[in-house]
Amino acid sequence: MPINYYIVLSVALFSIGVVGVLTRRNAIIIFMCIELMLNAANLLLVAFSKMHNLRLGTDFPTLASDAQVFVFFIMVVAAAEVSVGLAIIVMIYRNIHSVDVNFLNRLKN
Amino acid sequence: MNFINTSSLKVGFDFQVDQLSSLFLLIITGVGFLIHVYSTSYMQEEDSKDFAKYFAFLNLFVFSMLLLVMGGNYIIMFIGWEGVGLCSYLLIGFWFKNNNYNDAAKKAFIMNRIGDLGFLLAVFWLFNKLGTTDYHTVFSAVITDTAHTKLTLIDITGITLLLFVGATGKSAQIPLYTWLPDAMAGPTPVSALIHAATMVTAGIYMIARSNILFTMAPVTQTVVAVVGLATAILAATIALKQNDIKKVLAYSTVSQLGYMFLGLGVGAYTGAVFHVMTHAFFKALLFLGAGSVIHAMSGEQDMRNMGGLRKYMSVTHITFLLGCLAIAGMPPFSGFFSKDEILAEAFKQNPLYWGIGVAGALMTAFYMFRLYAMTFLGKFRGTHEQEHHLHESPVAITIPLMILAALAVLGGLVGVPEVFMHGGHKLEAFLEPVFANSNEFVKAHHAHEALSHSTELSLMAVSVVAALAALLFAWNKFSKYEKTDAAETGLGKILANKWYVDELYDAVIVKPLNSLAAFLNNVVERKGIDGVVNGVGKAVNYGSRQIRLLQSGQVGTYVLLMVVGILVLFIIQFFL
Amino acid sequence: MGTTQILFWFLSVLAIGSAVMVVASRSPVHSILFLIVTFFAISGHYILLNAQFLAIVNIIVYAGAIMVLFLFVVMLMNLNADTEPPHKSKYLMFAGVIAGSSLLLLIVAALRRNEAVNQLTQLKGGDVGLINNLGKTLFTDYVLPFEISSVLFLSAMIGAVVISKKDKEVHH
Repeated sequence: MPINYYIVLSVALFSIGVVGVLTRRNAIIIFMCIELMLNAANLLLVAFSKMHNLRLGTDFPTLASDAQVFVFFIMVVAAAEVSVGLAIIVMIYRNIHSVDVNFLNRLKN
Repeated sequence: MNFINTSSLKVGFDFQVDQLSSLFLLIITGVGFLIHVYSTSYMQEEDSKDFAKYFAFLNLFVFSMLLLVMGGNYIIMFIGWEGVGLCSYLLIGFWFKNNNYNDAAKKAFIMNRIGDLGFLLAVFWLFNKLGTTDYHTVFSAVITDTAHTKLTLIDITGITLLLFVGATGKSAQIPLYTWLPDAMAGPTPVSALIHAATMVTAGIYMIARSNILFTMAPVTQTVVAVVGLATAILAATIALKQNDIKKVLAYSTVSQLGYMFLGLGVGAYTGAVFHVMTHAFFKALLFLGAGSVIHAMSGEQDMRNMGGLRKYMSVTHITFLLGCLAIAGMPPFSGFFSKDEILAEAFKQNPLYWGIGVAGALMTAFYMFRLYAMTFLGKFRGTHEQEHHLHESPVAITIPLMILAALAVLGGLVGVPEVFMHGGHKLEAFLEPVFANSNEFVKAHHAHEALSHSTELSLMAVSVVAALAALLFAWNKFSKYEKTDAAETGLGKILANKWYVDELYDAVIVKPLNSLAAFLNNVVERKGIDGVVNGVGKAVNYGSRQIRLLQSGQVGTYVLLMVVGILVLFIIQFFL
Repeated sequence: MGTTQILFWFLSVLAIGSAVMVVASRSPVHSILFLIVTFFAISGHYILLNAQFLAIVNIIVYAGAIMVLFLFVVMLMNLNADTEPPHKSKYLMFAGVIAGSSLLLLIVAALRRNEAVNQLTQLKGGDVGLINNLGKTLFTDYVLPFEISSVLFLSAMIGAVVISKKDKEVHH
């Protein structure tokens, strides 16, 4: 498959994530949309890795695996982020009994 | 030694004394000395502090005038030129607690500044063309440059016209003459100094000094002659109806200066300088005499309240009469010789000049003897208190008067015309080297036939008879003058109001300038500049109040803005 | 159109469709389930690209661990559709949709100007994504980041515990 199919697919997923972040107000859904965007990026990284592997794999064998290791690390960071983020959401819910981000306008002051 | 020294511009601090400047030096220092002596008595009532200030200004005035006359180039002349302008301001506004006097001083200064600009532009023009303003270099360049390679005819005409603008400011010619009558605000000796020895003669001196330039610019010469003649006749008509003793003398000065410019305009440089000299004598005499009268009248200047002073102040009376005769052009007093020399030269150029000149001379005789008769003849019209106070002035005042009277009577004898005595015009012979180039140029290019002796004599006879008739008429009429309350009507009112020239200037120049200034102040300054300054503040204030709403604390809005920012960056990156 | 292409289109439509449903569905539980579907579709893409290791990790970590964590939280808080009241103003919602679709359009438009986008990707072939190769890279070149990521996990764990601990001092 040509790479532009993957690019369009990834950008579509990413844009859906953006729309979700922009339109939803439930903190958990926003969080999920962020995960969606991360995955879109991951998919694109893998696609590029395979594209470069096809062209330059014989000359630069580590080129393609670098990208996939990178995806691996993104997943690691995402997992850590989710654990902390969900803890924060739980705490917020415990304090204000809501997960509506519009309710959290402390940034105004 | 250089006054200004740069790579391409060098102005030397040069002095030059030749026949012309030595003559002026003698007039300035001689008349100036007499005025100083006179002032010691006249200003005695001032505080010692003001007295010292007065003499400091007076001496600065004389210094500036000497600098003007002795300078070896136009820049040094300009320093003196500005100096006399400053000193006239200081002295006219000497009694600065009176606002009218301050206004008069400002008027003199501003009028002079207008003229000075012309002078300065002429100097710049010379610099641009010749790279120097040294008299010797400039004049020899002009004389030798017959093909007009360096200075074209247009250059010369432009330069001389600008120089003449400068001269109209300093020497009170149309259109810048109105400051001189107002300059009466100063102490009377100052008026004498301004009118006789310094200041107003500066313009004459400058043109006489640059005579070769003016001779080579016939257009300018015509302008000078016409302006001089117009000033002479206009000022004379105004003087006819003035009642302030000093105002009459002031307008007579303007009128006499007009004659001098007529002389310069028709190429009679010697005549003009001659008239400067004789005028210095009799006008100083007249002003100092008027000062003596005012002193005796305890500051009264209105002639309608005088009269019959002959009995009380004999020395002032006799000397004043001699001065009047001299200015009226009665032979053999000095005014006769100088004025008739100018008129004879004017006749050669154009008989119409002569006709108008004689009309002016007639009026001069009339108003001077109106002044004389109203002041010294008839019976006293002032208050009883003033009459009681009347006295002859002290010696410090009368001695200068006597010396000046002697000069006014005999001063003309240095320039006896050829008609009466062969080789009698000593002054012409003396000034010959200064005007030699101009005379040669005139001879070579457009020589006028010399007047025959009979014509010259008949011209003189006409002018003398006319002046004498006016003199006798005025004497007769005003020695029986009675104070009336009847207001002036018709032409008399116009003349008494000085042809409404001040009002005209006020309406044409001052009012529009004031309204322009008011416009600039109220609209451009308040609304425009302040508007921009305050507007920036208000816009920032308003904008920040509006932009502050963006910081709603709503995460959604922030993210939206972030996405919009990313979009903009993408557009810039990909499409621009 | 071979099997690969069919699979590609199927997975793509599945991923995008379920992603739209994540955003669109009102219930958080449905959103989570649709997100899991999306992740499975993406894992399918990984398999198509022969990135087997990442496909497995994606399923285990994302669809398995993370999404289950999400479900736990949602269920713990007993969130349902009613917890999110409708938008007070439609303006922000429209703005969000327009901004997102503009982003998509912009990048697609930018792609058309680029000639390198027609390069092919390697499907079904290439052993770069196998555990064998990735493991070698990970434990040779990337061993230090790998070890540091364990520290990251430790700190995240401690952080989560600290944050979700009840702050007794404040309440009493």
